[in-house]
Amino acid sequence: MEADALHDLTAAYALDALDPEDARRYEAHLARCERCQEELAALSESASALAYATDAPAPPADLRSRILEQAKSERPNVVPLRPRWVKPLVAIAAVAACLAVGLGLWANSLSNKLDRREAELKRQQQVAQILAQPGSRKISFARGTLVVGPNGAGALVLNKLAPAGAGRTYEAWVADHGAPQPAGLFDGGTAVSVPLERPVALGATVMVTEERHGGSATPTQSPFVIVRNA
Amino acid sequence: MGKTPRLMPRSFAHLSDEAVVAMLARSDESALAELYDRFGRVAYGLALRILRDEKLAEDAVQEGFLAAWRNADRFIPERGRAGTWLLTFVHRRAVDLVRREDRRRAEPLRDGVEPAAPAESAEDDAWLRMERERVQSALRKLPDQQREALELAYYGGFTQSELAERLGEPVGTIKSRMFTGLARLRELLGEPRPGEAAWKPTPYTT
Repeated sequence: MEADALHDLTAAYALDALDPEDARRYEAHLARCERCQEELAALSESASALAYATDAPAPPADLRSRILEQAKSERPNVVPLRPRWVKPLVAIAAVAACLAVGLGLWANSLSNKLDRREAELKRQQQVAQILAQPGSRKISFARGTLVVGPNGAGALVLNKLAPAGAGRTYEAWVADHGAPQPAGLFDGGTAVSVPLERPVALGATVMVTEERHGGSATPTQSPFVIVRNA
Repeated sequence: MGKTPRLMPRSFAHLSDEAVVAMLARSDESALAELYDRFGRVAYGLALRILRDEKLAEDAVQEGFLAAWRNADRFIPERGRAGTWLLTFVHRRAVDLVRREDRRRAEPLRDGVEPAAPAESAEDDAWLRMERERVQSALRKLPDQQREALELAYYGGFTQSELAERLGEPVGTIKSRMFTGLARLRELLGEPRPGEAAWKPTPYTT
């Protein structure tokens, strides 16, 4: 099949409306075609929005515990048990594998993004670790949350922050009875976790500015986030 | 995105859906519970719409969440939202089941665009209700043929070649209705909700 014909399958693939043979060909093409990867990401968002147009009756109460139990029995470092699937589901395991491959193609072809993602995951985990400690505090403000652990370890979580301008970066600052001290550089994103490189004492203020790439020793702009650990 | 879950660990309260999937990738079962509390209901509603059978819908939801559990380390936040990623698994399972069971309805899915129902006893989630109304209203704005193609494919489980045969149109026409329909839906849904647009910092002036 010509590449153009394969591009044309993106919408049907996003709707799970390809015949199996076409789906296989499309997935093979997708692995190599950045344009289709991007288009698929966009069209899949629209397709999944359709899920929200349905009535949403509450699922049976025990479904949650069944899922969790099954997941527990499948922890990756444990040899997977043959799952106690009901019959039709055994048959779709192969489809599950295909889907995993299809989704995984994003990963394979975007390995340069993996480092970024790894770093982001690590930052998110640092935030979760702070929050998990007894006595941690959360201070919410318009576009995010300041999180401070009992030992003063702090992190900002910012929602839907546009990327910094070209050649620019965001820089966090902690000010505690004195000039703001640099506390880390970061970029925008839908949910940005920013572990702060300086402790946040009670009463200290955390700020964010946009600075030149590489950061600055002192803020050169007015902060667009100012939140006090109070 | 989600509602107030039943047993939300305090440490998850502030996390985005994407961050919860990141925790899932570390085989954190409480992250799976959190994801279920955020998306279980919409996933079940979707599966039920496709399968029209409670037992099969439960199977599809269970398989979808377990597929997410097994593949969480492949999730790429830059490539889309966690909810989309998860619902893709559930949808794929449901469609596969409906094809296998051949439960697809022969008549057109006339209830494709339901008027926004008043709150039902089971429908206690204001956010989901709003979201449903928003998507239904966007769907209503699509030309009939595009809406029909999207609904028969997404809720009906019909493939593009089955749709072409059923509607007596060339496959190319069906493809193009699907594409235009999804693209237009994206535009309609992309109109930002209050407070939801990406923000560009504007310095405080004090």
